[in-house]
Amino acid sequence: MNAHLDNSDQRTRPLRLVWLQSGGCGGCTLSLLGAEGPDLVTSLEAAGIEILWHPSVSEMSGGEVINLLRRLASGEEEFDILCLEGAVMCGPGRTGRFHMMSGTDRPVMSWIEDLARRAGYVMAVGSCAAFGGITAAGDNHVEACGLAYDGKSPGGLLGSEFRSARGFPVINVAGCPIHPAWLVEILYLIGTGRFSAADLDEWERPLAYTTHLVHHGCARNEFYEFKASAENLSERGCMMENLGCKGTQARADCNIRAWNGSGSCIDGGYPCINCTAPGFEEPGHPFAMTPKISGIPIGLPTDMPKAWFVALAALSKAATPPRLRENATAERLTVPPANRPKKRL
Amino acid sequence: MTRLIVGPFNRVEGDLEVKLEIEDGRVHAARVVSTLYRGFERMLVGKVPDDALVYAPRICGICSVSQSVAAAKALAAAAGIEPVQNGSLAANLVHATENVADHLTHFYLFFMPDFARTAYATHTWHDDVVDRFKAVTGSATREMLAARAQFMQIMGLLAGKWPHTLSIQPGGTTRSVSAHELARLSAILAGFRRFLQTRLFGDSLERIATLSSGAELEAWADGRRSRASDFRLFLHVSRELELEHLGRGYDRFMSYGAYTTPSGSLFAKGIFADGGVATFSTEGISEDLTHAWYDSLAMVERPTEGTTVADVSRGQAYSWCKAPRLGGEVMEVGAIARQVISQHPLICDLVMRSGGNVHSRVVARLLEIALVVLAMERWVREIDPGESFCGHGKVPQTADGVGLTEAARGSLGHWLRVRNGKIENYQIIAPTTWNFSPRDGAGQPGALEKALVGAPVCEGETEPVSVQHIVRSFDPCLVCTVH
Repeated sequence: MNAHLDNSDQRTRPLRLVWLQSGGCGGCTLSLLGAEGPDLVTSLEAAGIEILWHPSVSEMSGGEVINLLRRLASGEEEFDILCLEGAVMCGPGRTGRFHMMSGTDRPVMSWIEDLARRAGYVMAVGSCAAFGGITAAGDNHVEACGLAYDGKSPGGLLGSEFRSARGFPVINVAGCPIHPAWLVEILYLIGTGRFSAADLDEWERPLAYTTHLVHHGCARNEFYEFKASAENLSERGCMMENLGCKGTQARADCNIRAWNGSGSCIDGGYPCINCTAPGFEEPGHPFAMTPKISGIPIGLPTDMPKAWFVALAALSKAATPPRLRENATAERLTVPPANRPKKRL
Repeated sequence: MTRLIVGPFNRVEGDLEVKLEIEDGRVHAARVVSTLYRGFERMLVGKVPDDALVYAPRICGICSVSQSVAAAKALAAAAGIEPVQNGSLAANLVHATENVADHLTHFYLFFMPDFARTAYATHTWHDDVVDRFKAVTGSATREMLAARAQFMQIMGLLAGKWPHTLSIQPGGTTRSVSAHELARLSAILAGFRRFLQTRLFGDSLERIATLSSGAELEAWADGRRSRASDFRLFLHVSRELELEHLGRGYDRFMSYGAYTTPSGSLFAKGIFADGGVATFSTEGISEDLTHAWYDSLAMVERPTEGTTVADVSRGQAYSWCKAPRLGGEVMEVGAIARQVISQHPLICDLVMRSGGNVHSRVVARLLEIALVVLAMERWVREIDPGESFCGHGKVPQTADGVGLTEAARGSLGHWLRVRNGKIENYQIIAPTTWNFSPRDGAGQPGALEKALVGAPVCEGETEPVSVQHIVRSFDPCLVCTVH
């Protein structure tokens, strides 16, 4: 354990971060580069974090990188934070040969394991690294899994009992992709010595964003209240009843914390697919279609007793104002709220 | 002869290894290895067709919208529908935002930092390049990241988020915009134009767009000192290092055409070969599996009948990348291909002079930033906020569809077969599958493999800088390549 990490005020050097990519798309890095107010470089500086190596931004390439990774894996050189982006590729037949580390004859999964055992903090960046994610979809013949989970099952590459050198489980910054601030903020907590296990939820995701439901702050809440539903993508109504939206169950602050300045999936006119959750990649139904039994959606809001939901839904449907009924299936607001007839102008 | 294995290759998207044979201080032969396989084509089989719009963008975090556009086009073809006009314009804006941001990311974060290496410390321009482009700490990094993030607010407005939007649909886009949101779009573009004109170009977009020959470009560059803009600094470095003579490929280019509107495409579809532009049919496209880790009955497959069965035991194979060919020929794709096929005079002149090379590939990319941002300004004006943004249709139980588009780094195609309402086959040929393909059955090296031949390697160099420049001049995306 590194004594100088215990108190950020006494820290003599920035925390060193190493970033590896495996079975993923690089989209979490690309999202992260979009950090705003301030930019990513400034944000990391504020957190007291130095990038020792990142595949997209570092100068160091080839043999120099392999030498660095060897020194880190052997403990010859210290580092503090390991970020993995992308799932661990275990196939075929647990050989890891679906992803060999360039310039070496070793599977990337072996490098990840060696480095994870040396890092003060191990972070899974994105749902692939956390749980397997999209890369584990379909028949998963590539044997993709997360660092400490295989889908919803504890395990993954490192096992559920894994603790990093600083005594923490893998920190799962899940999302597909991550919001830049989800990672920047947890890195800030770590970098300033304020992070503790109490900051994580039951899937070891940062509570900072999973304490919310995507439903919170959804601009379509009034449509939800009255069950005024969109029937096609691009319409303004609530997407829960017909279009597969999981905002009432999904854990993230997407409608409180804007994406790319002002957006969110729902604001963009398409349903939340619960991308921060393990197993989101195989929902068991078409993504943009709500599975129902006798007309009632199977996936009801978190914590809500089914009978109450059905009763309230029936009641609110009966009370839907014409304004909402009309707007719900329109592409743009056709009936605005009004207190009195508009004057002739 | 000495052998060199270069990897992991960073500041490219995804995982890459390059195996070199070196003789008399030059690369004699190169083998390009894509080292990661994820199996998206298998993943899609058995899904309902619309689910491709969720999975396909997640093939790639940097070409995410391009993947969405290709999938939406394949679905539209299968459903027999066309996007409504506003939907086309909005989809073009979203797609252009990604492609322009990718060009910017490539230039500032991936390509230029190599010139800040200590290997160039004796050059007069080195201090300027270090100040501006040194990885992470160069002054351009923060400026560019801030400008890029602000530009990306177009995604927040039109696509919900980036990457991985579901807003691009066969019939248009799911997010209609109002008149006041069009005002915001225009303001975002104005802010971005300001960054481009003051930092990247040091001149108006209109001036850059009308540069018409290599000589005019050089005269323009000499018009002000090299520190006056990042493009000028690159041109100065490029001239000193003679990047024009580095990394020449086959000089056979292909483009599927990009940014469709009801009045046509901004960039033309076609091929450029033997010094001239011609039309082509995608029927001539096939993938050769001879040197790729896949098992198949046939070594050459058309994408409509393509298969993806991973097999690491294949003896001759050395990459997860298949080898796409058009009529048996290697084609190079990317901004340079689009601009030579669209007959932009500057790029035509550069290609006639010295073909596709590190210099002309980078110039084409920067030129395209100017051309596309100018088009984006027009598209915003053409949107009619009173009209629909999305039509609706359904893919029938039995259908086939092909979706072709252009990602920042070149031609992207999706080939879809639907039977009994489910995806029966889905084949993807991505831009870097073309550019970074392994050898085919005839032993023909891929575009990068050819471009690397002749690259100078200094005594004792383990990561030859010439190889770094050539590889990155293609702006490769390896996660797309294999998918």
